[in-house]
Amino acid sequence: MSPAEGTMARDAVTDEAGATPEAPVTHHTYDVLVIGAGGAGLRAAIEARMRGKRVAIICKSLFGKAHTVMAEGGIAASMGNANPNDNWEVHFRDTMRGGKFLNNWRMAELHAKEAPQRVWELETYGALFDRTPEGKISQRNFGGHQFPRLAHVGDRTGLELIRTLQQKIVSLQQEDFARTGDYESDLAVFHEYTITELLKDGDRIAGAFGYRRPTGELVCFHSAAVVLATGGIGKSFKVTSNSWEYTGDGHALALRAGAKLLNMEFVQFHPTGMVWPPSVKGILVTESVRGDGGVLKNSEGERFMFNYIPEVFREQYATSEDEGDRWYTDADNNRRPPELLPRDEVARAINSEVKAGRGSPAGGVYLDVSSRMPAAEITKRLPSMYHQFKELADVDITAGPMEVGPTCHYVMGGVEVEPDTAASAVPGLFAAGEVAGGMHGSNRLGGNSLSDLLVFGCRAGAGASAYLDGLTEQPAVSDESVSAAREEVERPIVNSGGENAYTVHQELQQTMNDLVGIIRKADEMELALKKLDELKDRIPRVAVDGRRAYNPGWHLALDLRNMLMVSQCIAMAALERQESRGGHTRDDYPTMDESWRQELLVLSLRDGPDGPTVNLEHQGQPAMRSDLFDLFELDELKKYYTGDELGGHRSDAPPRQSRGTEGSGGDPGGEITGGGA
Amino acid sequence: MGYQAEFKVWRGDATGGDFVDYRVDVEEGEVVLDIMHRLQATQAGDMAVRWNCKAGKCGSCSAEVNGRPRLMCMTRMSTFGEDETITVAPIRTFPVIRDLVTDVDFNYQKAREVPALAPPEDLAPGEYRMAQVDVDRPQEFRKCIECFLCQNVCHVVRDHEENKEAFAGPRYLMRIAELDMHPLDVRNRKEDAQEEHGLGYCNITKCCTEVCPEHIKITDNALIPMKERVVDRKYDPLVWLGKKIFKRQELEGRGATGARSLDHPGPDNGSALPADEIEHIEQRGGAQA
Repeated sequence: MSPAEGTMARDAVTDEAGATPEAPVTHHTYDVLVIGAGGAGLRAAIEARMRGKRVAIICKSLFGKAHTVMAEGGIAASMGNANPNDNWEVHFRDTMRGGKFLNNWRMAELHAKEAPQRVWELETYGALFDRTPEGKISQRNFGGHQFPRLAHVGDRTGLELIRTLQQKIVSLQQEDFARTGDYESDLAVFHEYTITELLKDGDRIAGAFGYRRPTGELVCFHSAAVVLATGGIGKSFKVTSNSWEYTGDGHALALRAGAKLLNMEFVQFHPTGMVWPPSVKGILVTESVRGDGGVLKNSEGERFMFNYIPEVFREQYATSEDEGDRWYTDADNNRRPPELLPRDEVARAINSEVKAGRGSPAGGVYLDVSSRMPAAEITKRLPSMYHQFKELADVDITAGPMEVGPTCHYVMGGVEVEPDTAASAVPGLFAAGEVAGGMHGSNRLGGNSLSDLLVFGCRAGAGASAYLDGLTEQPAVSDESVSAAREEVERPIVNSGGENAYTVHQELQQTMNDLVGIIRKADEMELALKKLDELKDRIPRVAVDGRRAYNPGWHLALDLRNMLMVSQCIAMAALERQESRGGHTRDDYPTMDESWRQELLVLSLRDGPDGPTVNLEHQGQPAMRSDLFDLFELDELKKYYTGDELGGHRSDAPPRQSRGTEGSGGDPGGEITGGGA
Repeated sequence: MGYQAEFKVWRGDATGGDFVDYRVDVEEGEVVLDIMHRLQATQAGDMAVRWNCKAGKCGSCSAEVNGRPRLMCMTRMSTFGEDETITVAPIRTFPVIRDLVTDVDFNYQKAREVPALAPPEDLAPGEYRMAQVDVDRPQEFRKCIECFLCQNVCHVVRDHEENKEAFAGPRYLMRIAELDMHPLDVRNRKEDAQEEHGLGYCNITKCCTEVCPEHIKITDNALIPMKERVVDRKYDPLVWLGKKIFKRQELEGRGATGARSLDHPGPDNGSALPADEIEHIEQRGGAQA
């Protein structure tokens, strides 16, 4: 950045800012405000609207472009279409295992039970999933899922999900139009708007403040219920599969409104991002490539994943290539190949291979599907992967291997919510999808995200509606809170001669990538926290060039403080947790420690002498309800629980009749057949 | 292989604007969108560019690169000569908001005018059965990422503002075709396409198909079959009238889709208990909280 250019442009800004300090604020009133128009936000809006509420949806991009479109593999739901042995209990067990038993068990339970219904109702909205020979929804294999469970449409399932929900919104608007003559009378979409602050009346939510991106116009929404569905935080990292929208807005809005975040140390690095060319580094290569038969090899041509099967999963994965290969056609009599271990295991393995000097030229490993199936089948099953590599990297995946490596993909941590209603600790504030925490524990299974969006999006819409039904007095937005929010939004425009937003962002991303990345060390994280503190001082000094209309520099300047706040949360929690579990790997504490399983790290804002600072506390994990606890064999629980937590398991007591097909015996392989129906 | 490239980027807003020259670094493997981002970070912090996924999946970054409508994220720099000056302009058919960003609300209005799926009333969620061979055709159209490039190049509206009201454009005519081919949709859509969405304006020049980044055969697989069937039906007035009256009556008898999804648990999935009926939450001894 040349200083000369900066100065010239900024003189112009000062003039313009001086001329327009009193830009008007436009006011809107709705029952429910949904922030975010991905799967969770749209599902929440549909639910609230169908329960008779007037709903506004706000999104930073155009309607229908949310990051959900990037999801490729599918929606996990135990419909049992591909294997009749599947049911919610098996899905629940897989989810808890994937999260290394740190999950909020009630969320995992609701998710496993309700996912099939949420998928089936998508068909009534118009979704066209791939089919089984019987005409049911086809289901595919995925890492960590015991049975083929992912409803999918080729490898563009996220696009189908977003388009289906978008079209359902339109259909509800058509009904409203028939009744009121106005498409937006009861369900309005405000696209290309950003919310910068939640507004409260006492303890309760009263509305939200923000701006319209194309014009820079300031807006204030008056709503007693707000659903956060803003997605994740990936843009705090340099190598990420996430789009520009993923700046942790909902996480930071919730913190500033007084809610708590938990599990922020758990960040999922997807094992297979593109590593070449540099400009696409981080873009996702779907796990379906492995689910459908793709294998990982190092530079010596070895299928290295066989060397990385951890003790806790040893009984469930194949130990030879032959057995792994047979599993694709005969899953009942063979164990799955280790390429399909949960994502955290595969990402660490790739990292180790590259570190040991067995990586590919661009610093990844090889993912090969070309030697595993005919070209025509690859283009049919993985059309958008074929397209993506052909167009972006000029690589033909039907003819040779892809080069892949880990990329920041998903944050397990998020707003602490009440599982049944998605309500946060702040009355009137709800959160669903990636911005909510707990459901996935320390690591999310592939396919469990899209189902999470639907299940908890629906529950958040229902929860917000029920909250409004019980509300006796309408909270009011105060003029002072609007003025304070406005001052914050206009600061980068009013500032002169300050920092460049793009430069600060790059430094933040580099810091998180290098020092709080996939493998973590105490001294590096301490350094990261120091650098983040420096950035915290610099961000309020960021100044932007130009006008208010569609000014990306200004938009980024406003997103920076959110990215910084979530980065601090991640670094603090990661430094505190002295073990390795799921999406948190410590070089200095390389093993999982069962005494940490019941410790949740919770972050909140606390007022300090220099303004609010992030505060970390320990919180106990609620103990699992006994009927769910009994779904696991004692031998497996012993790998995760301390001895004194294991009391009360069914194996201690006489056999109980109500536990479905699972006996009370300690058959270690009994897992595989599953229980229930 | 880094080099410096000459770019001309259109800067301005609804009141006017012009191409501005930039000289900017290009690194190996980059696409045009990377260069726009580098310009923002180093020379033009306020340059408006709409983008999102940067992987050809969201359809946000449509622009006209050297006069050709493209997704900037899917336009590799290696397809240009190093000495070539590259022009980047906003897509032409829609009003400019600022720089490379246009107001595409036209498309969202047209989307609202296409009646939604009318699913069969006698099937509950979970009871839908469709053969893959029957969903293949509408699935092709559902690959659409709504980049609106087809809407942008269609000559019916590209230089004819006056046709915009009557003509839905290829994207939404294709949406009608998709619903028409949906195995379980019960609405009659063919006359709708002709009479209410301007199918008759299309004279099959295939510009939409050529520009589609998803390689959807919009003209051959969506528009032409619809035109053919409209003609078939018009030649058989009894069939046409009978079907139309029957379907319309059926549809008008429907209530709103206001079913409360949590109140209808649907087919049992082997769940021991419906989720809402779980009451006892026992705390187990030995653990915290």
